[in-house]
Amino acid sequence: MSILVGESTRLIVQGITGREGLFHAMGCRDYGTDVVGGVTPGKGGSTVEGFAVWNSVERARRESGCNATLIFVPPPFAADAIMEAADAGVELIVCITEGIPVQDMVRVKAFLRGRNSRLLGPNCPGLITPGQAKVGIMPGHIHEAGNVGVISRSGTLTYEAVWQLTNEGLGQTTCVGIGGDPVNGTSFIDVLELFAGDEATEAVVLIGEIGGTAEEEAAAWIGEHLDIPVVGFIAGATAPPGRRMGHAGAIVAGGKGTAAEKKAALAAAGVLVVDSPAEMGARVATALRDRS
Amino acid sequence: MKIHEFQAKGILRRFGAAVPQGKVIDDAAQAARICEDFGGRCVVKAQIHAGGRGKGGGVKVASSPSEAERLADEILGMQLVTHQTGPEGQQVRQVLIEEALEIDQELYLGVTLDRAAERPLLMASRSGGMDIEEVAQSDPDAILRELIDPLLGVLPFQCRRIASGLGFEGGTARQIQSIVASVVRAYLETDASLVEINPLMVDSKGDVYALDAKMNFDDNALFRQRDVVELRDVHEENPLEVEASEHGISYIKLDGSIGCMVNGAGLAMATMDIIKLYGAEPANFLDVGGSASQEAVASAFRIILSDPAVEAVLINIFGGIARTDRIARGVVAAIDELAADGTPVGVPVVVRLEGTNVEEGRDVLERADFDFLVADGMASAAERAVESLKTRVAGS
Repeated sequence: MSILVGESTRLIVQGITGREGLFHAMGCRDYGTDVVGGVTPGKGGSTVEGFAVWNSVERARRESGCNATLIFVPPPFAADAIMEAADAGVELIVCITEGIPVQDMVRVKAFLRGRNSRLLGPNCPGLITPGQAKVGIMPGHIHEAGNVGVISRSGTLTYEAVWQLTNEGLGQTTCVGIGGDPVNGTSFIDVLELFAGDEATEAVVLIGEIGGTAEEEAAAWIGEHLDIPVVGFIAGATAPPGRRMGHAGAIVAGGKGTAAEKKAALAAAGVLVVDSPAEMGARVATALRDRS
Repeated sequence: MKIHEFQAKGILRRFGAAVPQGKVIDDAAQAARICEDFGGRCVVKAQIHAGGRGKGGGVKVASSPSEAERLADEILGMQLVTHQTGPEGQQVRQVLIEEALEIDQELYLGVTLDRAAERPLLMASRSGGMDIEEVAQSDPDAILRELIDPLLGVLPFQCRRIASGLGFEGGTARQIQSIVASVVRAYLETDASLVEINPLMVDSKGDVYALDAKMNFDDNALFRQRDVVELRDVHEENPLEVEASEHGISYIKLDGSIGCMVNGAGLAMATMDIIKLYGAEPANFLDVGGSASQEAVASAFRIILSDPAVEAVLINIFGGIARTDRIARGVVAAIDELAADGTPVGVPVVVRLEGTNVEEGRDVLERADFDFLVADGMASAAERAVESLKTRVAGS
């Protein structure tokens, strides 16, 4: 079992004729994902590296039956690409693009209300169900199929966690990067709900970072609803207040959003919080041993 | 991106908000004449990006033109220290000379993103002149809140609700409604991340002015805000951070001694955290970007080492799509390049590489002319970096 993506995923790539888009379309296909083609306005009807190209998402969906899209469109046009995919009814929209204006995302979120699409990201690595489907830019080979769910606001730190898990002999059900922007499509809670309903997921690694209150909200939800072990790490304990730490959303503003507050909220909800990012995998291993 | 008070007031005026008359100068000799134009009384305000200028002695009232000149002379060039500048302070290069108004009441007005609601949030309170975070802590009910519909903007009834909630009616209420609408429009149309009028003042005649103004902008939206970009003042930014941003590197200078080079913002923060756990302090946050190209690695090295406080460097790269061997070659090439330029790397460099092609990557480091301290995990990398500091102290 897994969440969001798997063997039934039929993926298109928006921005498939761009350098990044094509590279990762091939990467996803090489991993075994069913990549049915892509969209670049104005280049419809051509093919690139064996991928069919359409002018619009609507057309791509009608002709390919795609149910997921991976977006590599540059920041000024990315919000439009997301809304186009939602308008076409694509069930899962994964936006990799970094640098989308916040107000564009605020409008996107308003547009998505009442529509059936789920947006993941932007500014995220995507998601992967090991052995079944990779819809993102992560290195597939560090993953193993297994029983741990991973959810994170970060990219490379997620790879770090996955690598530690795999080294501990712990595979993953699905690894989901929700992205580092202040306004994003899918929240920690959305993914936790899905993991809670997935029988194969026996433990969860949650990786947060400073800024906002998403981790605190997740903590409250975990305390009430989740009875599998959750290991948590919050990046940015040493970050100075008022400075944006790379990710647009990673900023301690007005004394709010500190790592200490988030760790305390998670710990109070029963999350096994590690202070060292080197101990995420090992902590999951001991938690699972303690349970069995 | 941040701008100065006088620039923020310029933008707000363009959107129809009432602001005091004022002129910005960098030469104290002009202050007297401007003060005279304002009737012989004025306020001299240091223009730096940091807040807390008043408490730091950067805002003074002059009751004659000669006093205005003396105060301007005193403030121009000073290292103004506030709670936001750090102990070294920030040099004042410009002062704003403004007409002195009779303050009857001080209010607060601000717009920022409510991340949980995913909409802009308008806030107002009768406790003007105070830190809004303090008000939020001590008396949260004293803050009036209106969520803004991103597609419709602020609605007239919301402006009326703010004005009456602040306790005003008649002409003053109408002026408040108007300035609320202007401030929200300015926020939305300039892609601001924060607009703050603190205080928003009401004078003895019941007229309303933005007495102070602060605007920050969404860096991601600067590509479509050319007018805003023109207002950038690089003097207010750390020169190393400016240089880094020109190379697409995200760098923030900190106070410790271990320079960090990492790919990815989350991993970069986590690397800083683990350095602290092992008993040292990071000298910087640095994200070379997901691909960690050779050029980016070389620029990152230069930037890290130009901070004299750096006594060791920790490189933590998780090669995902970018192959580790290529990154290792980038690191070695950057070190060779620095040596060829006559600025060889003179501090220990701990490298932790993981991910795609890691064996070949480590091999590249082994064969290099430079003695890397190679670590095989985040914990041992941090430990070795911290150890190397002690050895240096013991050896020197």
